[in-house]
Amino acid sequence: MTGRDPSTGGVATIMRDASLVLAKDLRLEWRSRVIVSQVLPFAVLVLVLFAFALDPDRRILNEATPGLFWLAVLFSTLLALQRAFGVEAADGVTDALRLSGLDPAGIFLGKAAGIAVHLLALQVVLGLGVTVFYGSTPRGPVLLVCTCLAATAGLAAVGSLYGVLSAGMRVRDTLLPLLMLPVVAPVLIAATEAFAAAYDRASGEGWRWFGLLAVFALLYLAIGIFAFEPLLEES
Amino acid sequence: MNTDTSSPPVEGRTGSGAAWFRVHPQGTASRGSRVFGIVLAFALVGFGAFALVLSPADSGSQASENEMGQLVRIMYVHVPVAIASYLAFLVTAIGSAVYLWKKTEGWDLLAAASAEVGVVFTGLTLATGSIWGKIAWGTWWEWDARLTSTLLLFVLYLGYLALRRAILDPVVRAERAAIVGLIAFANVPIVHYSVVWWRSLHQAPTISRFDPTIDGLKLFSLLFGMVVVQALYVWLMMHRFRLQYAEAKLESLGLDVALAERRAEAVADTTAPPALVGAPKGTH
Repeated sequence: MTGRDPSTGGVATIMRDASLVLAKDLRLEWRSRVIVSQVLPFAVLVLVLFAFALDPDRRILNEATPGLFWLAVLFSTLLALQRAFGVEAADGVTDALRLSGLDPAGIFLGKAAGIAVHLLALQVVLGLGVTVFYGSTPRGPVLLVCTCLAATAGLAAVGSLYGVLSAGMRVRDTLLPLLMLPVVAPVLIAATEAFAAAYDRASGEGWRWFGLLAVFALLYLAIGIFAFEPLLEES
Repeated sequence: MNTDTSSPPVEGRTGSGAAWFRVHPQGTASRGSRVFGIVLAFALVGFGAFALVLSPADSGSQASENEMGQLVRIMYVHVPVAIASYLAFLVTAIGSAVYLWKKTEGWDLLAAASAEVGVVFTGLTLATGSIWGKIAWGTWWEWDARLTSTLLLFVLYLGYLALRRAILDPVVRAERAAIVGLIAFANVPIVHYSVVWWRSLHQAPTISRFDPTIDGLKLFSLLFGMVVVQALYVWLMMHRFRLQYAEAKLESLGLDVALAERRAEAVADTTAPPALVGAPKGTH
């Protein structure tokens, strides 16, 4: 159970292992292009569907931009997670990862970083999408970028945690949203409010929400680093 | 695969002269819990009498802005049940944490039982609160901070229970459920603050506090309700926990039986005449 390689555990090792896992996931994506060819179009589609559901009148869409943006991100996150951990569940890759001697914390950070990279790419596309379709232009770019980074870190951390938790389960696809969405509800609230501030209001309120996002991200990164080892062992 | 159930917390009580705590072999009750249940039933009747009949209706005499009238009686159920649900989730978190530390089956079962009772109580809290809201505010639902965070809590623990149902292996289930139970609990303050800030940006917080003029019989009814509902929680927990324990024992027993069958089959195969060994076997 604690029969880990004694050379693992240092911060440098964790970082090296994380970068290995991250490189593996990016290479997989580069070769398969599942995120680019399926999840990104899905996210844009969600933006278009919101327009159908609400009103083609730009005023409503413009006002609702922050919330719609982050809802689209949340839904796409679920797809990206199913992809990221579907890859691990097949062909006993989880066992291979465990046997590889990589530090569990490193695997967690690597998976989270891979998801974060995908999510950031997604947010760039969605940002362009709301500018084009909804006619929303941000006024506070610094707050916007910081919000994206902090919210993405939080989503990626919770996502990797719950992704590995439900990996290998037959009901994974239905269980993951039920488990994860209530937990990331604060991210939706905080990121939406911060975006609302960045899009039209004074950004003073926005930084408070950024603070909440940062605390959320740090908390779940910490939980993941400690909880990943038992989760990986039992899966 | 852990089939070791040698440290059941229930049997720890069956020491010398502890007939009061010895659980009936074919049930979940001991003499102690039965007496407790009977006392509790009488207390519930008494509580109903105090809450519905003996305590006065709210008159709003002390210049309180809204007169509650008979409606005040919902409070006697709503507040104790809400507190019991928080208590239940606290017990789940403690059970999960101790399980991760000690890896004893009993703590996992405690967390599971408490989460189930907690979900029921949270549902009751939401339902009674909603009825109150319909009459007092005119809507079934108000996006008030406390209501919203209670609703999220409800969904979080529904997810916890769904996870428990989805995993068959008891050890894997215990491990993952414990982590989810802890995460759900760690999430409570974050949900709380985000929702409070969220609402306070848009409007002043709604009246989610029950603040009628409380004194005398009303105060007594409320306190009595607190005691009775917490006792009800304890009583439900005793039975739910024992049921969980019996289920876990049944699971491992079923596994032992299956193992014994396989073993008997293997022995039969080796001792069978050579002509039969290669024959296709029935599917067991």
